Amino acid sequence: MKELKILAVVVFFTLVTYWGVEPYAHSVMHKHVEFKNFKYEDLKPITAKGDPAKGQALAAACAGCHSIKAAKMPAPMDPVTASATYGVNPPDLSLAGKLLDEKYLAHFLKDPTHTALVAHKFKNRPYPMPPMATDDQSAADLVAYFKSIAPKEVTPKEAYEFACGRCHEMRYAKWTQIGEEPKTKPNIQTKMDEEKLKFQEKLAQYKDHLVKYMGKLPPDLSIIVRARSEDFLKTFVEDPQSQLPGTAMPRVGLNKEGYELVFKRLEEVGDPSKPKREAVGPWVIGYFIIFTFLAYLWYKSNWKGLK
Amino acid sequence: MSDRRDFFGKALGAFAGLGALGALYAAKRTWDPLPSVKAAGFTTIDLSQAKENVLYTEMWRGKPIFVIKVPKDAVPSDAPNGRKENAYDDKRLITVGGDKFFIAIGLCTHLGCIPAYYSDQHKFICACHGGQFNAAGEVLKAPPPSPLVIPPFKVEGKKVVLGESSPEYEKMKKAGLVA
Amino acid sequence: MAHFDPNARPFSHQWLNERLAIDTLKRVLSTEYWIPKNINFLWAMGMVLAATFGVLLISGIFLLMYYIPDTKLAFDSVNHTIMGEVGYGWLWRHMHGVAASVVFLIIYIHMFTGIYYGSYKRGRELIWLSGMLLFVTFSAEAFSGYMLPWGQMSYWAGMVITNLFSLGSLDFQGLVEWIRGDYVPGQAFLGRFFMLHVVLLPLVIMALIVLHFGTLRIPHVNNQDGEEIDFEAEAAKWKAGKRKESKVIPFNPVFMSKDVFVLGIYFIFYFYLVFYHFEFAMDPVNFDPADPLKTPPHIYPEWYFLWSYEILRPFPKDPGLIAFGFAQVIFFFLPFLDRSPNVAPANRRGIFKYWFWILLVDMIVLTVMGKVPPIGIYTTIGTVAAWVFILLWVALPFITKMEKPIRGQK
Repeated sequence: MKELKILAVVVFFTLVTYWGVEPYAHSVMHKHVEFKNFKYEDLKPITAKGDPAKGQALAAACAGCHSIKAAKMPAPMDPVTASATYGVNPPDLSLAGKLLDEKYLAHFLKDPTHTALVAHKFKNRPYPMPPMATDDQSAADLVAYFKSIAPKEVTPKEAYEFACGRCHEMRYAKWTQIGEEPKTKPNIQTKMDEEKLKFQEKLAQYKDHLVKYMGKLPPDLSIIVRARSEDFLKTFVEDPQSQLPGTAMPRVGLNKEGYELVFKRLEEVGDPSKPKREAVGPWVIGYFIIFTFLAYLWYKSNWKGLK
Repeated sequence: MSDRRDFFGKALGAFAGLGALGALYAAKRTWDPLPSVKAAGFTTIDLSQAKENVLYTEMWRGKPIFVIKVPKDAVPSDAPNGRKENAYDDKRLITVGGDKFFIAIGLCTHLGCIPAYYSDQHKFICACHGGQFNAAGEVLKAPPPSPLVIPPFKVEGKKVVLGESSPEYEKMKKAGLVA
Repeated sequence: MAHFDPNARPFSHQWLNERLAIDTLKRVLSTEYWIPKNINFLWAMGMVLAATFGVLLISGIFLLMYYIPDTKLAFDSVNHTIMGEVGYGWLWRHMHGVAASVVFLIIYIHMFTGIYYGSYKRGRELIWLSGMLLFVTFSAEAFSGYMLPWGQMSYWAGMVITNLFSLGSLDFQGLVEWIRGDYVPGQAFLGRFFMLHVVLLPLVIMALIVLHFGTLRIPHVNNQDGEEIDFEAEAAKWKAGKRKESKVIPFNPVFMSKDVFVLGIYFIFYFYLVFYHFEFAMDPVNFDPADPLKTPPHIYPEWYFLWSYEILRPFPKDPGLIAFGFAQVIFFFLPFLDRSPNVAPANRRGIFKYWFWILLVDMIVLTVMGKVPPIGIYTTIGTVAAWVFILLWVALPFITKMEKPIRGQK
């Protein structure tokens, strides 16, 4: 049938154009980075078997800089003061045993700069975190301890705040590097929101320290899932240097579960309409299939006996 | 043959109408107040510092809120009312932390102007069309058809949260006192 | 002198007819607007375009209610308020974004249909010209709309395209700044492009659509064989009940019924893209907010501008601009550069047949080369394709002049 032949020609040229400007052009523009499934194969396996009790004793030293809420240890200082001292607010360690890869964590405790792949940034200045484990055994003990205190269930929000939230804002979820924006309202006489301004002053100081530490302000991640491909995000988190050589972003060392939780958070904030899109889509398309069928019957009844 | 054409044409038209209804529903939802607007619909007012017979204006959902602490030693003549001896005995007043307060949306129920409070006369007078309310928000003089509206509230110690309902508010609503 | 029956019931058929001539309107605009029977689905592209414009208009109205044309707020008003907060805001935005891209696919199909069947000749020159005006206005509408989310692509496209107006070595910096209302694209620029996008250009487009329809009325729509039809005689046959013998059909309902069927298929395709495959129309780079201190590693226009962008790219600055200007206007001259009297499908027209298919393939090559980075082999292919494009148009008058008249055509 002639019309189908014409349609085939139209579809052919459309698809060729599409293929050229989308899959092909993007494959040329973006370098391909192999995804390694958060295995961290460059790090040697740790064979030593950890003892949580020994780890607990060693972890007392961590509390000088870190809070460990799961073990009821409070933060030694507030985020702004901490950032003035270290460049960035040290993380609470409650979730470390749950979200970070075991092997990564052990190596990080022994040699933080090289494990986080940030040695290039700290040639002439010390990394704020000193090595906390002298050998495989003490590293394994600490890891065992962190695993023992970690909660069973972690929400995507908590995972984000632990892994990304001290450097990356997420303004669409009202998250700043120093915590959630407080709910305040302006004075109805002066129209000024004193409480908010005070919070913003602290945030400005924190960001200032962060910029000095990182070299630039890490981007807001509110809609990063729309701005970068899924493939880019996972390979970048797994090994930031692979996608952006020289970047100040450390290798965070998330395990698979940790990354999935973080990604879930990025998605629920960055693409909140996804569930609705998936729910409405089939109905709309189903509607137009029936519409087209009815239109076909009308068309055939009108064109019958014309040729 | 022509019947067949008409029938299919009409069936298609009706089905297109169905689609239009669906689109209309989406359009309706687009006009709904945003979640952030709804989430912002709560205001907490701290009443611990309030002075007697002074009008405080707060804001709730973009509307002015009148708050007056009822004077403890008020006499009947202070707050005149056509039906009641003393407006300060009105059931519309709300007890917060042991003190009685008048709390209402400060918009005249006639056409939405903001009435002014005359503390010496213990009443509100609306400049737009001359409506008057007593110190409990009851109408003293037309045109306003109904008393000043009491917003949903919840008493929390010396504070009151507007926008959130409470058993007290529901009780007043049942008795027809809130509007 | 008009006659008004005092006894006619208000709003009855007769009453309306006396005041609005509804019977005449219906006859002239639909039931006795004659379309050749010898057509294929490509003849429905006009209706598809009108419907897509309708979709853009309606979805745009809903976006307009929440969009804020302020450089500090625009990005979040689109990506947070509309995409996250407004009920079905995401649907309007995806529909708007995808329709803005797909409308160009249909425009190109519509244009190449016209070129293939010679529908720009023998009384149909104004159809072509008004259509080209629509193409240009749609391009301006698409570009101005692309500025509004104020993402990285918006900002840098605004920067690059406005810089074109310095006209190369003429260095009209004053003109560039005048267009921007600032030294760089900023608040003034966003404000005026917002105005262009939501008021001025849509008004112009609507006026041009009316003109485009008007230009069709007298020469009528072309047909698959370029046959000259005596519409009055054929219409008389139809009215006499000879549905089979007549070469024409009324616009409503016969032609419409096929249009609506094609429209149905088109909408299945369109909504599939809206729900499941929208990335091609909503570039990820534009989900990074505008940053005047950082150019994205790859910048490129939307796919429908790529071919003309690629004609600009391989040449040095001034010749590049001239080539670009040439590409922008040359299609307007098609009815006058085609010197052959034949109105027939390209495949029956000698060398023109090759001209048509080479042009199509060349423009696709230019489109793809316009997107990939201008390095190595891509630069070579792009340069060759740009020259082929220019030479094709230079050759057009000569090859059509040589074309032999097809028997039966004047």
